[in-house]
Amino acid sequence: MSQKTKVIEKEEVVIRFSGDSGDGMQLTGTQFSDTSALFGNDVATFPDYPAEIRAPQGTVGGVSGFQLHFGQMEVNTPGDFADVLVAMNPAALKANLKWVKPSGTIIVNEDSFTDKNLEKAGYDSNPLDDENLSDYNLIKARVTSLTKECLKDTELDQKSILRSKNMFTLGMVYWMFDRPLEHTEEFIEKKFKKYPLVVEGNKMVLRAGYNFARTIEALPYNFSVAPAKIKKGIYRNVTGNKATAWGLIAVAEKAGLELFCGSYPITPATEILQELAARKDLGVKTFQAEDEIAGICTSIGASFAGNFAVTTTSGPGLALKTEAAGLAVMTELPLVIVNVQRGGPSTGLPTKTEQSDLMQAIHGRSGECPMPVIAASTPSNCFEYAYSAGKIALEHMTPVILLTDGFIANGAEPWRIPKMADLSPIEVPFAKEGDNYQPYARDTEKLARKWAVPGTKGLEHRIGGLEKMDITGTVSYVPENHQVMTDIRSERIRRVANFIPDVPVKGNDDAEVLVVGWGGTYGHLTTAVRELQAEGKSIALAHFHYIFPLPKNTKEVLQRHKKVIVCELNEGQFAEYLRAGFQDVKFNQYNKLQGLPFTVLELKERFNQLLEEK
Amino acid sequence: MTDTILKSHSPVNLTPKDFKSDQEVRWCPGCGDHGVLNSVQKAMAAMNIPKEKFAVISGIGCSSRFPYYMDTYGFHTIHGRAAAVASGVKSANPDLEIIQVSGDGDALAIGGNHFIHAIRRNIDMTILLFNNEIYGLTKGQYSPTSKQGMVTKTSPFGTIEQPFQPAELALGAQSKFYARSIDTNIKLTTELILAGAKHKGTSIIEVLQNCVIYNDGAHTLITDKETKDDFQLILHHGERMIFGKNRNKGLVLGGNGKLIVVTIGEFGITEQDILVHDAHNPDPHMAWLLSNMSAPEYPVALGVIRDVAALSYEEKMVQQIKDVQAVSSIKCMDDLLNSGDTWEVK
Ligand SMILES: Cc1ncc(C[n+]2csc(CCOP(=O)(O)OP(=O)(O)O)c2C)c(N)n1
Ligand code: SF4
Ligand SMILES: [Mg+2]
Repeated sequence: MSQKTKVIEKEEVVIRFSGDSGDGMQLTGTQFSDTSALFGNDVATFPDYPAEIRAPQGTVGGVSGFQLHFGQMEVNTPGDFADVLVAMNPAALKANLKWVKPSGTIIVNEDSFTDKNLEKAGYDSNPLDDENLSDYNLIKARVTSLTKECLKDTELDQKSILRSKNMFTLGMVYWMFDRPLEHTEEFIEKKFKKYPLVVEGNKMVLRAGYNFARTIEALPYNFSVAPAKIKKGIYRNVTGNKATAWGLIAVAEKAGLELFCGSYPITPATEILQELAARKDLGVKTFQAEDEIAGICTSIGASFAGNFAVTTTSGPGLALKTEAAGLAVMTELPLVIVNVQRGGPSTGLPTKTEQSDLMQAIHGRSGECPMPVIAASTPSNCFEYAYSAGKIALEHMTPVILLTDGFIANGAEPWRIPKMADLSPIEVPFAKEGDNYQPYARDTEKLARKWAVPGTKGLEHRIGGLEKMDITGTVSYVPENHQVMTDIRSERIRRVANFIPDVPVKGNDDAEVLVVGWGGTYGHLTTAVRELQAEGKSIALAHFHYIFPLPKNTKEVLQRHKKVIVCELNEGQFAEYLRAGFQDVKFNQYNKLQGLPFTVLELKERFNQLLEEK
Repeated sequence: MTDTILKSHSPVNLTPKDFKSDQEVRWCPGCGDHGVLNSVQKAMAAMNIPKEKFAVISGIGCSSRFPYYMDTYGFHTIHGRAAAVASGVKSANPDLEIIQVSGDGDALAIGGNHFIHAIRRNIDMTILLFNNEIYGLTKGQYSPTSKQGMVTKTSPFGTIEQPFQPAELALGAQSKFYARSIDTNIKLTTELILAGAKHKGTSIIEVLQNCVIYNDGAHTLITDKETKDDFQLILHHGERMIFGKNRNKGLVLGGNGKLIVVTIGEFGITEQDILVHDAHNPDPHMAWLLSNMSAPEYPVALGVIRDVAALSYEEKMVQQIKDVQAVSSIKCMDDLLNSGDTWEVK
């Protein structure tokens, strides 16, 4: 498409689009990643936006960012540092400069570097005149004026003209990476179908940006990133939250049940409720409750009444659901509780990621109150683990906690679309009309009781939060019975371990260092370990998805390596949990609490240090 | 639900005894709850609904032990959350007939939020609110309905809190059905439960209930043989608001917008001057005036105070799903998975 002097092949590239909340950076980033995915690259993305919807314009607090990483090999993270930063205003430059690689490219909208905006961003002088940026390939483009110039002969109003300036920068970046414009053009046509003027305007600006970059030779060379070697199949992009919602719907369809979700909006879990609410066509019932307590309680009611019931939340909401979660354990009703973790405690960092609800998930209830805890680790495998959570809940008649986090919930990646026929079957232990029903009689394998759905003739029975007599289910205060029931509640959750896969280990059995992780840190851990292995280092990774109970091979895996290091975005909750279970293993730790994911760089540094230790 | 009940099932011929479970009833002898249990079992037998279609759902409290004494599907949940659990049960399975049981603490203190939101949504269920103006199960602390000044274990010098009038709360949440009974009047309670079950949407039946142990005599004026006729007005839709031992007292609306108790025959008042009860009036103003009357200044209003038709939550929910399904091209999960932007890697 373009004639450039020099072509540089790159394995992978990281681009960060940033600007004011209203600058359309999320859309710009999504367009670039979709186009790259269509081109055949592997892609991972992460949006980073302020907690305030309308944070003060032009300030660092109001900067909205979108980072994407694409490559011709497997891409597992949105990347630590950017090859290209797009900064639509001084605040965006200020907030993001530290994330640009040395000698990376920075595209700024020069028009926005006014005295007023510089002041709002907290700059004393204009950084564009500064020596500090001389190490970068700085491209100053008058994006606002050029956009206005491009559209001056159209009948578009000033506001619409200004709004389309993100297309100019997108056009520029498309040229730099030799990407076709068709996908975005089609997208514009679809999105603004009702406003032909806007369609035309946006397309003109997109092309103007593209041609501008060519004219000024924005780069002395052309980057090219070849398509990745990806498994054959039909793909789509998916965020973790969408994949979670879809995984839950898939459970209901597979089990032949209706899906009910009682929930209360909370960042970063809200999109799951929204996605489910949009799926009335698949019969999904969503109930936006008055609070998280009602969210889980309506779901427990729905479960009692025979629906596949779920409730979705984030940390503070999980705290509110605590008492009712105990009721679900006591009544042994199937239920999936999704907790999309965010920075805590209290309101904490609502839009930022963390893994600090692990102990709350495992232990945070009154009484001896075990329930399975499992964790997804990438945006797309939220589908798989939501499915697994639902299958365990229904087949074992128990509430299950599914942990995800803000990073994978909002992050997106291409996903090879599964076929419903390929998903494992779900067998629900219903009691049937004519059964001699006893609420707490159990099967011998899973120790699951039977589910007698109201409306079924002859199975009338009462359940509740009071301790129940073994088998018959009548209220019982008999001391020995409480021991028996406590033991059963514990044992039946332990037996879930008989139905889950072993934890896989990437690397050799005799690797000196075993990296242990769980949940959403997978991308960074796997990249760091893979890169060190490529350098010949003796290192392996065991990444856990099944937290409670742990996979059966856990002990063997932990014991066979000389050094074990547990990495997590909290103060060491998983490490502490493993210590309690495996007292003869010495666990090193790497932890971070900044509301941010790990960087591959810092992980490699830490692992190298551990490898060198005697 | 009574419509569907009467139409869609062949006669089921159940008696109150069929609704008794094998569990020994553990309430204190003389507790008002016994009478309500009786009334509920009578009403259920009269509804002509198969037993398996009932779900009795309660919170925590003396009154909330209710489900264990009923041979139906039952769920004794946690303190305050019965309305939320019941909302989920009904949404999941709209065919069920839901009786939700709560005490004044359960529904109005810890569960106040769920109580008002269930009413606002108008989920089809009958909520029996056992109002004994005390926390019974925890042995005698004041509740949100305890009269100001009342001495209890947690108010040894008298409460300084203003009590809720439950009806006021319900009407504020746009309640469409509000009725009130007294535990000792089994006939009236039975009638009201039937009317509540027939009403589509959330029906509140407040039962003035006596806790013989911790708040004995809370409702004496309307239970005592001597005084009760003078201090209770049993409302019937379309009938005049006449009460009194001699059936010569009535209510009229004063110029200041307040209700006034008058005596027929005095000051030229005739029967024609007495207000006629219109339970179906969409305007809640009169329901508010009636439900707020308290003895001894006024008679306490019993019977169906308000009964206004409206679509219920789950009817709208089911309809919306049908409407969306009729126009959507996504019929199953595979359709959804392959919808929107996809691409093929060859
Ligand atoms: C979370 C929680 N908090 C407190 C309690 C203790 N508790 C049980 S019943 C009750 C009050 C009961 O009063 P009410 O609802 O009026 O029912 P009654 O016993 O009078 O029928 C309280 C405070 C509890 N069971 N659970
Ligand atoms: S304590 Fe009061 S409310 Fe509870 S059972 Fe006894 S009399 Fe009834
Ligand atoms: Mg009470």
